[in-house]
Amino acid sequence: MKRIVTATVINQSGVLNRITGLMTKRQFNIESITVGHTEKEGVSKMTFVVNVDDNAKIEQLIKQLNKQIDVLKVTDITDQAIVVRELALIKVISNAQIRSEISGIIEPFRASIIDVSRESITVQVTGNSDKIEAILDLLRPYGIKEMVRTGITAFPRGSQKSVTDLKQYSILN
Amino acid sequence: MRAKAKPEAEAVTAEMTGADVLIHSLKKENVEVLFGYPGGAVLPIYDALYRSPIKHILSKHEQGSIHAAEGYARVSGKPGVVIATSGPGATNLVTGITDAMMDSLPLVIFTGQVASTVIGTDAFQEADIMGITAPITKHNYQVRDVQDLPRIIKEAFHIATTGRPGPVLVDIPKDVANKTISPDYDSTIHLPGYQPTFSPNILQIKKLADAVGSAKKPVILAGAGVLHANAGKELVAFSEKHRIPVINTLLGLGSYPGNHPLFLGMGGMHGTYTANMALYECDLLISIGARFDDRLTGNLDHFAIHATVAHIDVDPAEIGKNVPTQIPIVSDAREALKKLLEIESPLPDTEDWRKKLTQNSEDFPLWKKSSATEFLPQRVVELVHEYTKGDAIITTDVGQHQMWAAQYYAFADANRWVTSGGLGTMGFGFPSAIGAQLAFPEQTVVSLTGDGGFQMTLQELSTLQELNLPVKVVIMNNQTLGMVRQWQEAFYEERYSQSLIPVQPDFVKLGEAYGIQSFKVTNEEEAKAVFEEAFSHRDPVLIDCRVSGKENVYPMIAPGKGLHQMIGVKP
Repeated sequence: MKRIVTATVINQSGVLNRITGLMTKRQFNIESITVGHTEKEGVSKMTFVVNVDDNAKIEQLIKQLNKQIDVLKVTDITDQAIVVRELALIKVISNAQIRSEISGIIEPFRASIIDVSRESITVQVTGNSDKIEAILDLLRPYGIKEMVRTGITAFPRGSQKSVTDLKQYSILN
Repeated sequence: MRAKAKPEAEAVTAEMTGADVLIHSLKKENVEVLFGYPGGAVLPIYDALYRSPIKHILSKHEQGSIHAAEGYARVSGKPGVVIATSGPGATNLVTGITDAMMDSLPLVIFTGQVASTVIGTDAFQEADIMGITAPITKHNYQVRDVQDLPRIIKEAFHIATTGRPGPVLVDIPKDVANKTISPDYDSTIHLPGYQPTFSPNILQIKKLADAVGSAKKPVILAGAGVLHANAGKELVAFSEKHRIPVINTLLGLGSYPGNHPLFLGMGGMHGTYTANMALYECDLLISIGARFDDRLTGNLDHFAIHATVAHIDVDPAEIGKNVPTQIPIVSDAREALKKLLEIESPLPDTEDWRKKLTQNSEDFPLWKKSSATEFLPQRVVELVHEYTKGDAIITTDVGQHQMWAAQYYAFADANRWVTSGGLGTMGFGFPSAIGAQLAFPEQTVVSLTGDGGFQMTLQELSTLQELNLPVKVVIMNNQTLGMVRQWQEAFYEERYSQSLIPVQPDFVKLGEAYGIQSFKVTNEEEAKAVFEEAFSHRDPVLIDCRVSGKENVYPMIAPGKGLHQMIGVKP
């Protein structure tokens, strides 16, 4: 099962190495990892998506991460009400004739065209992973020349009021 | 001739070099002895050391330094401090650092590094020791700014010695060691991500006390955590109060008196039948400071399957890692035992259980051949026990001799047992004996070693010669890599691939070459005469004991088998 785990870390050199190293050592499968600064100076946040077999394994991962001296807090946020975003850049083969057709396809996704050349256009889309999968499905018939995804970043919503349908908030199960 | 030294570091109050700051900080941490080896990148540190009274033990290989520091740390409870140069000096420490990580030994290791300006250019003797040691240290630092040095050293000692102990490495570029500053020793430790739990959750303690009260077949598994927490007395009191039998892990030996009527012996692959069957049949397993290593549990599908498992450990990550745990208690072992002793709880009725275990011990004791002609390796351990009155510090490598030492020495007291458990390092025993002897100069220290392991670090005979420490090196020489040979006999149809070593040095001449009294003994009578002499004086001795090469360690749990599937429980 896929789990979203966030780790708040002190922004020291070597901390990323220690964390990815321990995941390799303990045979955790990282699907994606993002790192960036937070509102606090010197503190960064990492968001992992990991694929684990059972709850014991994810508990072990959280405990091992917590043991790292530079790790301040580790949370499995998968089952919380969370905001999840990922960004993808998609270079689609397109001549002038079908440019507007593509434009029409991506419009409901609130994606935008950020670069245009004679043979291709580049689409930028932000959202949860399902949304990005959906737009990729629609663009694939035109021919995708190049595609990059950032991996997800996430945190809990401001209000954790009783969430009846977790699925609509949490994109991974 | 000793060149005139510069004035001592302490005399310099205002400005000092990073190297002087380091030495000064070590004094503040009450470091009495350093284990190390000099080299280019640590020249400034060794220059500062030249004008310092701190004792420095020069090994003949960095591996000798770090294993000595481990031996020192294991018996004294104080951090072992190591210095090595950059590149090869640092990489030669890797086995020892991993060993200390696996066996939770507090070490603080200082490595030199090439100058900051050339880091990352594949400079002479450069190695990415930060990257190399990230997975084998509790934490590591590279000092970028010399002003951080006093704080980093404080933090390194704090991290190494608190919570679950472990090795911490501090990498110091040469220019940082040379830089002159006015140090600020008042800078405080700031580790918001490191707050080890010390005291137990009282609700969990109550839960455990209730479980103890209703247990019919309780057993305690005591590991090295009991030794680290200095909780031996509390463990004895707790087990006696509730009449609960006690099993030791390999590393926990000595945490419970080996001659106590409630003691069942060591558990695991070469543990006693009684201990392993108790672990298999118990209805309450109280693990204290042990981490359910695979050599202890055997096949997990058969481990403590009828039991409620309570696990007391200072490291939360060990709880539930290998064995599902119903009563998790994150705590220092001593604190948890104290709370358990304070709490009012019904005493379990364990009489039938204990009777059964006693019967097991009588029916299936440890056994060995009785032979009038062969010199059995187990007898060497028994004779060492006899001639040291069971009170020596024993160090070993890994393998058959280690298992026989664990089975037959019956450690009555804590901190007499220095062995490489988790990593299973050949070459560990002899240098660690030197470190243990430095921690306790008056104690008898015996390096019980095999002919294979001894040859991995025998260059330290020169260190022994220089220091003239009364370490007794007892080589259980079977001219084979015994445990490898045993497995080849049992599981590889006696194909003794590369495990028989009939050609070996004359250990007596070798010892004498280092100026160490050396003897060869080929039977019990000779051994008795030599031991009598060797253990009566305060000089180093080497004894080459030519024991039978065909003995196997029994009983045994074959790999993949459960605790109840022991083989070789009877002759």
